[in-house]
Amino acid sequence: MGFTIAEKILAAKSGRTSVRPGEIVDAYPDLVMSHTATWRSVSVMQKVGATKLYDPDRLAVVLDHIAPAKTEKNATDQQVSRNFARSNGINKFYDVDAGIAHLVLMEAGHVAPGDLIVGTDSHCTIYGSLGALGTGIGYTEVASVWITGKLWMKVPDTFKIILNGKLPPGVYSKDLMLHLIGSLGADGCGYKAVEFHGDATSGLSISERMTMTNLAMEMGVKCAFVPPDAKTEEYLYGRMEASKCYQPVSADADAVYEKELPVNLGALGPMVACPHEVENTKPIQEVQGTRIDQAFLGSCANAKYEDLEVAARILKGRRVHPNVRLIITPGSKQILLEASNTGVFQTLLEAGGMFTNPGCGACAGDGGIMADGEVCLSTANRNFIGRMGSSKAEIYLSSPATLAASAIKGVISDPREFF
Amino acid sequence: MESTIQGRVYKFGDNVNSDIIIPGRYLIYIDRERLAQHAFEVLGEGFPAKLREFQILVAGRNFGCGSAREQAATAIQGLGIQAVVACSFARTFYRNAINDGLPIFECPELYPDVEEGDSLRIDLAASKIHLADKQYAFPQLPDSVKKILELGGLANYLKTQLAGT
Repeated sequence: MGFTIAEKILAAKSGRTSVRPGEIVDAYPDLVMSHTATWRSVSVMQKVGATKLYDPDRLAVVLDHIAPAKTEKNATDQQVSRNFARSNGINKFYDVDAGIAHLVLMEAGHVAPGDLIVGTDSHCTIYGSLGALGTGIGYTEVASVWITGKLWMKVPDTFKIILNGKLPPGVYSKDLMLHLIGSLGADGCGYKAVEFHGDATSGLSISERMTMTNLAMEMGVKCAFVPPDAKTEEYLYGRMEASKCYQPVSADADAVYEKELPVNLGALGPMVACPHEVENTKPIQEVQGTRIDQAFLGSCANAKYEDLEVAARILKGRRVHPNVRLIITPGSKQILLEASNTGVFQTLLEAGGMFTNPGCGACAGDGGIMADGEVCLSTANRNFIGRMGSSKAEIYLSSPATLAASAIKGVISDPREFF
Repeated sequence: MESTIQGRVYKFGDNVNSDIIIPGRYLIYIDRERLAQHAFEVLGEGFPAKLREFQILVAGRNFGCGSAREQAATAIQGLGIQAVVACSFARTFYRNAINDGLPIFECPELYPDVEEGDSLRIDLAASKIHLADKQYAFPQLPDSVKKILELGGLANYLKTQLAGT
């Protein structure tokens, strides 16, 4: 009997030859990410009287939520995080100009196949797009890993999702994920690892894979993987840290899966998650025509360069509806630079969009807050009540293409007419 | 941690997410009382004040889903809640609760039988929940993890570990 990717990584990081689902191991992560929550972990270190880090090179600190600071309290908290990073010689420190932690760390080559990565953010699952096991923990536990280098982890069972066919024009991996979350439910993969397989997987770009492993969190996964392939190697070539060498990780042919689920990508259409739960998904036909006041193109799910480019392709030569605010928060500074170099930045501005600083933006309650009764269509991964301001506002989630089409029409609209 | 937890029940449904438990704008705080003032406030009038009359939360599936914010567990403790019993928990909330010293129990069998205002008694040593004359078993935590909860959370556990080295 062979092993899944999660089993192989957890065995390797806990010094075991093999592990099986249900076992509890002490695992040593390669990377511990803390974002804006860093100051809280610093306060835990002080509280427990610890002064020494297990290994400063395993820490990454990225100030991404509320960037730059908008209150004195934010500024003070960020100062604590910054001073901590400086005084402890944290090389992987990225300040408020850099962007969303997940995207910044992958762009910078700090994430490699087979790595174990924990961090103060549930969407750490995104690192599985490059074959790393990423999972979220709280700030106290981050402090604990800073000090001890390890944490207990239960080896998860794995679900295998087999993707066949090809996404039709105007349909993206975001639509695939909303389809899966809607059919499996918010805890459909609770405590599980998910691996994406099938002929269609190799055709999906790294950006699409990031969206998949990010959104997988919304069906309760512990971690999610797209097994590394030629595209992964190409993405990491020249990007990975010099101390690492590219070593793909894969499941054995006779690995044991708890469940196998085939999906035909060719049968999918644009999907929208309706208020106030991500699992509340509907095909576009059932929600088109819904008025929107704001369109938010942002978040670690869908504010990558490809996402901005898709939106720009639809918005080029067209105008955002006068009743809609199109807020674009690029996932990182690198993404903003690329959009600036290729003209995507200008296209989106000319169409009537506005840009904010790279970071989590409105998805974390920064610029782009909603008033009572307002409706936002967002490319983010959560539409929970009150997440973007008023608890009387409504948040719908979609792909960047659906967002762009809807921003033009002023109502939720099918992007396929633009293809 | 006490060996018995006793109190009146407030009952929630499925998928109570961490944005409902404590909205993101309050994550600038980490102290229990401050967070408790805003816990569950998105649910409308009466919240969170009315939860202070209860000691045990009972919930359906996937309690605490969403964000990895540890303050979800902290805010619940600030309300004076002594335990959460759910059909299932989101894994991030599950870890955070243990690390924050908030006792949590998975017991799907209890859910359909219990109503708001019922009295529950949770016997930790026997791994049983008592509701009137009925009892329900729940799985024990692994010993290593139980130790964290017994010491009142991961910070206390770390302090003990560091003092021992």
